[in-house]
Amino acid sequence: MGSDGKKREGKTDQPSLEFSDPPPPFSLLIAMAMAIKLSLILLFFSSSLIPTFSLFEDQVGLMDWHQRYIGKVKHAVFHTQKAGWKRVVVSTEENVIASLDLRRGEIFWRHVLGANDVVDKIDIALGKYVITLSSEGSILRAWNLPDGQMVWESFLSGSMSSKALLTVPANLKVDLDSPIFVYSGACIHAISSIDGEYLWKKDFASEGSVDVHQLILPGGSDVVHAVGVTDSSQFDTYEIHVKNGGLLKHTSASFPGGIYGEILPISGDRFVVLDASRSVLVLITIENGQIHLEQTHISDLIHGSSGNTVILPSKLSGIFSLRTDNGIVFIKVTGEGKLNVMERVDKTVVISDALPHSEGEQAFALVQHGDGKIELSVRLVHDMSSNHLKETVKMDHERGFVHKIFINNYVRTDRSHGFRALIVMEDHSLLLLQQGEIVWTRDDGLASVIDVATSELPVEKIGVSVAKVEHSLFEWLKGHILKLKGTLMLATPDEVAAIQKIRLQSSEKSKMTRDHNGFRRLLILLTRAGKLYALHTGDGRIVWSTLLQSLRTTSQQCAGLKLHQWQVPHHHALDNNPSVLVVGRCGLSLSSPSALSIVDAYTGKELQNMGPVQHSTVQVISLPFRDSSEQQLHLLIDADKRAHLYPTTPEAANIFQRESENVYWYSVESEAGILRGYGVKKSHSSDTPPSEYCFETRNLWSVVFPSESEKIIATVTRKPNEVVHTQAKMIADEDVMYKYISKNMLFVATVSPKASGPIGSATPDESVLVVYLVDTVTGRILHRMTHLGSQGPVHAVLSENWVVYHYFNLRAHRYEMSVLEIYDQSRAENKDVLKLIVGKHNLTTPVSSYSRPEVTTKSQSYFFTHSVKAISVTSTAKGITSKHLLIGTIGDQVLALDKRFVDPRRSLNPTQAEKEEGLLPLTDALPIIPQSYVTHSFKVEGLRGIETVPAKLESTSLVFAYGVDLFYTRIAPSRTYDSLTEDFNYALLLLTILALVVAIFVTWVLSERKDLQDKWR
Amino acid sequence: MAAVRRSKPNPPTLLLLLVQLCFLSSSIATGNGSGYAINGRVKIPGFSDKGFGLPVKANNAKVILNGGQQVTFLKPDGYFSFHNVPAGTLLIEVDVIGYFFSPVRVDVSARNPGKVQAALTENRRGLNELVLEPLKDEQYYEIREPFNIMSIVKSPMGLMIGFMVVVVFLMPKLVENMDPEEIRKAQEEMRNQGVPSLANLMPRSG
Repeated sequence: MGSDGKKREGKTDQPSLEFSDPPPPFSLLIAMAMAIKLSLILLFFSSSLIPTFSLFEDQVGLMDWHQRYIGKVKHAVFHTQKAGWKRVVVSTEENVIASLDLRRGEIFWRHVLGANDVVDKIDIALGKYVITLSSEGSILRAWNLPDGQMVWESFLSGSMSSKALLTVPANLKVDLDSPIFVYSGACIHAISSIDGEYLWKKDFASEGSVDVHQLILPGGSDVVHAVGVTDSSQFDTYEIHVKNGGLLKHTSASFPGGIYGEILPISGDRFVVLDASRSVLVLITIENGQIHLEQTHISDLIHGSSGNTVILPSKLSGIFSLRTDNGIVFIKVTGEGKLNVMERVDKTVVISDALPHSEGEQAFALVQHGDGKIELSVRLVHDMSSNHLKETVKMDHERGFVHKIFINNYVRTDRSHGFRALIVMEDHSLLLLQQGEIVWTRDDGLASVIDVATSELPVEKIGVSVAKVEHSLFEWLKGHILKLKGTLMLATPDEVAAIQKIRLQSSEKSKMTRDHNGFRRLLILLTRAGKLYALHTGDGRIVWSTLLQSLRTTSQQCAGLKLHQWQVPHHHALDNNPSVLVVGRCGLSLSSPSALSIVDAYTGKELQNMGPVQHSTVQVISLPFRDSSEQQLHLLIDADKRAHLYPTTPEAANIFQRESENVYWYSVESEAGILRGYGVKKSHSSDTPPSEYCFETRNLWSVVFPSESEKIIATVTRKPNEVVHTQAKMIADEDVMYKYISKNMLFVATVSPKASGPIGSATPDESVLVVYLVDTVTGRILHRMTHLGSQGPVHAVLSENWVVYHYFNLRAHRYEMSVLEIYDQSRAENKDVLKLIVGKHNLTTPVSSYSRPEVTTKSQSYFFTHSVKAISVTSTAKGITSKHLLIGTIGDQVLALDKRFVDPRRSLNPTQAEKEEGLLPLTDALPIIPQSYVTHSFKVEGLRGIETVPAKLESTSLVFAYGVDLFYTRIAPSRTYDSLTEDFNYALLLLTILALVVAIFVTWVLSERKDLQDKWR
Repeated sequence: MAAVRRSKPNPPTLLLLLVQLCFLSSSIATGNGSGYAINGRVKIPGFSDKGFGLPVKANNAKVILNGGQQVTFLKPDGYFSFHNVPAGTLLIEVDVIGYFFSPVRVDVSARNPGKVQAALTENRRGLNELVLEPLKDEQYYEIREPFNIMSIVKSPMGLMIGFMVVVVFLMPKLVENMDPEEIRKAQEEMRNQGVPSLANLMPRSG
C-alpha cells in the first residue's frame, strides 16, 4: 500500500484516478431518459432480429478495403526460363512464401506458414515445384509453381540441431529421379523431388561433431560434397554417393587457429574462411584428396584495415568479397591459389549472387546508393574491370538504403542480354528494376505494422464554385436515376456496371478533407522497418510515408516501439497540424537508449527528432494534460524507474508539478509475477535527478503472485480514450444498476506454471486459471475468480465495466469465453427518483480510489468454437451505441459478436420483462453467424491486432485489422439509426413526392368538378 | 484416419493409410525423443469424392494444431500430417474459407503408443478415423432478394402512396354508400367526444 495514504478526490482531469464524473441528479435523469429511449430504439431495431454485421456481395469495397502484403523478402528465386508467366518466388521474414508476377508485382499465390515455421531456404526443382525448407530444416515442402498447391511434405528428423542447407540439382531432366539434398539436424537427407519420398540419410553425429557449412553438388557427378568444420579447429570434407548415401571419402586437416563465420565456396574445390581473430584469410584447396590450407594476412592484402572483417555471403565464382571497416574489397583467387585484390568499393554497396550468363560467363550485380538515386551495375566475374551494364535509377529518399539484391537475366528481342534486378530496400519495400526504370514497387513494410494511430484530415477550405455545385447536382441526380433503374430492374448490364462503378469510386470517400460523419481519417502506421505510413481510410492509398531519421542515426539497431498522439489541435492551436510521437529503442535490451520523434500527421515531416536520448524507455504514459499549444504531456518511464516528462518545456513542467500528486501508473513484471504501482516522488531528494524534466518515482504498492502456483499470462486495461455514456444501466422492471467505471481497472490472468505450455501439456487437474480485477491506484484486488481445469492463452478486452476473456477449458476441451461485469453497489439505493430530485443521494459525494468500493460482480461463461488471435471492441463517439466484440479468429477473419450474447444476466428462461429488455435466452455456446464476419470473404493473413476508432457519427465505428494483410471497414453495431443507408433511394423519394403532388392536383380538379356538378343538379 | 506412424514415411503411404482404418499402433517415433505423427484427411463434399483435387477455394486451406503451435497444409488429395507432436490431448482446427469445421480433440497416448482418439468438440461426436468434414458451408453475404412489387409497397413511400390512394379514392366511396343520417350521427358522436375525426377533414358531401 502507498506510503502516503492521503485521500484524493476523483476529478475527471486526473490521469489515473478517473472515475467518470458522478452526474448531478438532473443530468442523471436525462441520462436515464436517454438510456430508456435508446433501449426503446434498440428494442425496436433488435426485438425481432439480432443485429448482425451483414453485407450484400455487391457492397464489397464500398466502405472496406483489403490489401495483401508479403513482408521483407529474404530469398528470391526467378522462374523465367519457360514461356508464359514470368514469376519470382520469394520467402519473407513474415514466414510467407509467395509467387509474384514479374511484370506487375502482383501476388499469384501466397502461403503464410506458422509462426514457428521459419523459412530457411527456398528453391525451384524440376522447373515446376517450389521447394521450401523450414523449421530449422525439419520440414521440406514442395508447392506447385503455377497455383501454389502443396504437392508433398516431408518431415526430416535429425539427431541434433544444426544449420539448414538445401541443394537442388540444377538439371531439368524430369525423367531422372533427381534427389534434393538437405543438411539439417546434423544429417544429410536425400529426398526425391517428385513425391517427397525419403531416399537415404547420412548421420554426421556419428562422425564426430562436425558442422557442415556447404553442400555442393558438382554438375554431372554422382557425388555430393559436404564441407564442414569440427570443433572450429579442423576442416573436413566428405564425399557421399548420390544414390545410396554411402560415404566415399573423408579428408580432414586441422587448423588450430579456429574459424570465424562461414566457409564460402569459391569454386568446386576451393573455399575461403576467416580465422577466429578475423585477421587471416584461410584458403582451403582440395587437391587429390588432400586438403591444403593457405593463410594470408588481411593486412597484407588491404593496407590499414582492422577488425570487423566479414566475408560477404554472395557466391561469386572465382571471386569473393570482404567487408572491412573501410569498404568492400573484391578478391580474386587465381588458379595457383593466390589472392589478388581486384577493387574496392564503398561499404554501402550491396552485391548479388553470381548468375550464369552466356557462354559460361558469370555475372553479378552491385548496387550503390547515391543522393536520391541508386546506381546498379552488372559486372562479369571474369572481367571485373568494366561494367557490363550500368544504370542509374531515381529513388525515393524515404525508401532508405538497399538491403538486398537479386538479379536475373533475359534475352531481349534483338538477342542481346538484359538484366532485371529485384531489390529490397531498408523500408522492406520490394522493387523491380529493368532498363534503368522501376517497373513496379511493393510497400511490403506494411506487412509488419507495430502500432496504429489515427488522425483527422484537414478541414475543407470554403469556397465552392456554382458551376461545380450544378455539375455535382446533375451527377448526383443522374446517379440516383441510375440507381432507381437498378432497383426497378430496368437497367441494362452496362448500366449495372456503371452503377457499381459509381458506388465504388465515389470521389467523396477518398477526398483529402474532413467529412461530416468522420469516416475519412488518416491511419498512421508504424512498421518494424522504422517507417511511418499514413493511409487514407477511404481507399487505403498511402498518403505519405516517412523513414524515421531518429531511428537511423546510430549504427545500433533501432526499432520503433510505440505511437502516441502528440498534438491534436481542437481549440487553441488550430493552425498547427496534428502530430504523433514515435518512441523507439536503439538496441536490444530494455535499458538501451530510446529514440523519439515527432511527426506531422498531414505531411509526414519529422518536426522534432530527438535521436538517441540519454534514458531508456520501458513504458510510455499519455497524461491527460495539455499545454497551451495542445501538446499532450507524456511520461516516459526508464529502466531505472525514473519518469521523464515530454515535451521538455517549462510550461509542461509547471503543469506536471501541479498535477503530479495525481499521477499514478503501474508495471507488470510477468517473469517475477509482480504488479507494482507507482507515483511521482514529491520532494527532490539530495541526489537530484539529471534534469528538471526527470522525476524520481516511488513504489506505492505491489501485488506479488505466488510463483509456484501462478504465472501472469495476460493483462488488459481499458482504452484510455473510451467514452462511457452513462453509468446507469436500465434493467427489467425499471430497475437501475450502476456500472463500476474506473479507468484504473486492470485485468490480470494467471495460470499455474505447469499449464503455461501448449494445450495438452498439462492435465485438467493441474491447470488453474485465475483472473483478477485490480485497481491500479491502490493495488486493491476488486475481484478474483478461479477457473479450474482451464489454461491460456488468454485474450481479453476490457471496456466500460466489463471484461470478456477467451481461454481454453481442458475439461470440456473447448475454448471458452467468459464475461465479468462489475457494478457499483454504493449507488444502488439511488433508485428513487423523488430522492434524486430532492438531492438525497450520494451521487455527488467524492469518489476516491482509496475508499473501499462496494462492488458486486456478475459472470457467465460460454463455449466458443475457434482459437482467437486478438479481441477488440467497437468504440463510438459518445458511447451510446451498443457494442460488438471483434474477435480475430485463428482463420484470420474478424467476427463481430454482439455484446448481448455475452451478458451475464442471460438465463435459460428469461421473464417477459427481460425479453422486452432484449435479453437473450442462455445458450451454452456463442453463435458464429457467417454474415457477421466483418472481413466477409477476405482473410487478414497473420492477423495480429484489431484497432477501433469512433467515427463522428454515433452509430458507426471504424475498424482496422492488421497482420500481414491490412483490412479496413466501418461497422454500425446497432445499424445506422442516425443516417440513411448507402442504398437509400433519393430518386424514389422524389418520385413519391412528385406522385403525391400530382395526385393532390388531380383530386383537387376532380373534387372541383364534382362540386360544380352537384351545384348544377 | 487416425493413425500414428513412424515419423519416417513409408513408401506406400497412401495405401498404408487406407489400410489403417482402425487404431493401428506402431512404435514411438525415432529421432528426438517424444515426437509422434498425426495423419488425417480433410474432405470437402462435392469435390474430394471425384478423386484428386480440392476446390480452388481450398487451395489456401490450413490445418492448425493447438491454436497455432504447428500449421500445415493440405496435399492435393486432402491429406495432412503433423510430425513431432508430443503426447497428450491436442486440438486440431481446419481453416478453409467458406466452410465451418468443428475443432477436433485428438488424444495421443504416451502409455499406449500409437493409439489415437479423435472427437469433434462441437457436437462431441467421436471419429473412428481422422477424416474431417465441414459441418456447414459459410455464406458471408446476405442474399439480395430479387425485385418484387411487394418490397416497393412495403417501403415507407409505398405505404404513403397506398394510404393516399385509400383516402382519396376509397373513403369518398365508403362515405357515399353510407346512410347520410348515420354519418350525421357518427359526426355528432365524434364531436361529443371531442376527438378530431377524419370525417371533419373530408370534403363535405351531402
